[in-house]
Amino acid sequence: MDSSLAVSLTFILLLSIFLGVELISKVPSTLHTPLMSGSNAISGITLLGAMSLAGNSDDPTIVVVLGSLAVFFATLNVVGGYFVTDRMLEMFKKKDNQ
Amino acid sequence: MDSKLIINLVYVISSFLFIVGLKNLSSPATARKGNLISSLGMFIAVVATLFLNEIISFKFILGAVIAGTIVGISMARLIAMTSMPEMVALLNGFGGLSSLLVGVGAYYQNTSSPSLFFSIVVVFSIVIGAITLTGSILAWAKLNGTVKKPLQYMGQQFFNAGILFAIIYFSYTFSVNYDINSLFFVIGLSLLIGIFAVAPIGGADMPVVISLLNSYSGLAACAAGFVIQNNLLIVAGALVGASGIILTQIMCKAMNRKLSNVLFSGFSSAGGKEEEIKGEVSPISVDDTYLILEAAKNVCIVPGYGMAVAQAQHAVRELSELLEENGCEVNFAIHPVAGRMPGHMNVLLAEANVPYEILKEMDDVNPIMENIDVCIVIGANDVVNPAARESETSPIYGMPVINVDQANTVLVLKRGMASGFAGIQNPLFFKPNTRMLFGDAKSSIQELVAEFK
Repeated sequence: MDSSLAVSLTFILLLSIFLGVELISKVPSTLHTPLMSGSNAISGITLLGAMSLAGNSDDPTIVVVLGSLAVFFATLNVVGGYFVTDRMLEMFKKKDNQ
Repeated sequence: MDSKLIINLVYVISSFLFIVGLKNLSSPATARKGNLISSLGMFIAVVATLFLNEIISFKFILGAVIAGTIVGISMARLIAMTSMPEMVALLNGFGGLSSLLVGVGAYYQNTSSPSLFFSIVVVFSIVIGAITLTGSILAWAKLNGTVKKPLQYMGQQFFNAGILFAIIYFSYTFSVNYDINSLFFVIGLSLLIGIFAVAPIGGADMPVVISLLNSYSGLAACAAGFVIQNNLLIVAGALVGASGIILTQIMCKAMNRKLSNVLFSGFSSAGGKEEEIKGEVSPISVDDTYLILEAAKNVCIVPGYGMAVAQAQHAVRELSELLEENGCEVNFAIHPVAGRMPGHMNVLLAEANVPYEILKEMDDVNPIMENIDVCIVIGANDVVNPAARESETSPIYGMPVINVDQANTVLVLKRGMASGFAGIQNPLFFKPNTRMLFGDAKSSIQELVAEFK
């Protein structure tokens, strides 16, 4: 990897952290549990990396095996996270729709 | 246009959707939509990735995705709302595991002399992934009660520091030599330190640990993003990392403790002798409690972890509705660290159909506490302990608490006189305006509900 790419990736990292801090500090404490499970689902984005390992059959078998396991666990993280968050958020109701 | 460019454009849209999704989480009214938007972002990113040139075989991906989806949906469906902290801990662990696997896989994929930057990010992704994995599994075991006591022993911090230095040393040798032996040491030691780091932390500090592990799982995704040079992983990972760090800060502030203090020492070592508590405990019967509540015009309910343990949230909602029908104003006051994870009480009450408008934060309730007729404390202890305000020698002195003792009458629902998780005596129980309703919280409330009917 050349150094200019490394720098631009770090640049993106820095900006994203600031954006994240701004966004998350606006989340009310009532929603902190769904925030955790929802952001947890987002962290399952490693799925993309896992897929590129699992899908390359030219690679050594061990890469494909590790990749496929990673795909499994990342999918679990993503799907489980989004579904359980949705289940929780569905329950947050206003007074009038009771 | 080549496919690589299109895929990258999709990644841009996807980061945009994650950001919009998180933005919608700023209100309970739009939060559900936000979660859907965020999941859409994930979906298009995954579909676009399938078109990468490196991906030539789909059978393993497809198999693993289907298996993961089935297990994920069943877990999300079957889990009880009271066990949500365990679920989040476990999901964190899976996220960590997948970064660990991606890191190791990337090592085997690039065996021929990669750049220093590459080997550094590979080892970073492996270390964070491994710590998140074992730390989360132990947190999960502690939350569901498999592991009960925090483990503390002499020289623990030196021992952990030793492991940490060993990890740094082997990470260094790996980055320079790119050898498999160093890598195995890094993996093994990182898995160990995850366990040792969480082992000394007690039940009441769990909200901090979960938030921190949440943040690690984001950092792990970030590191994996550097490994495969993918912007989307970096953006998404940074958002999650930021969210975990902010929650960790909020939790620490709510306990008036520094993060280092939570991580490296238990409550017991927080110091100070406790003062003798003077006064008498006044128990009360269900019948008398009913009379007090029947006459109350303004009631504030303060739930704690005990409400989750007793599964009393539905009974509590029923009681609050009956009180409202009786012409009484009912609010809930929720301490930031009530329960085992941030927002734990809010989710349980939402499950029981309590509208979110009457769930109040500590800072909104404390100023009006003197106007409240009756405060009902259900399974909360340390978060309502007036010693945090009054007794400078108390280990929790300075921690912000809900000032229930300033209400006209305080009803405390409790099993017995055992102290809270921090093991600290609570002078609230001895105050002249406090009445103790002993027994299981759920059955006590059900008896009260029966009286109202």
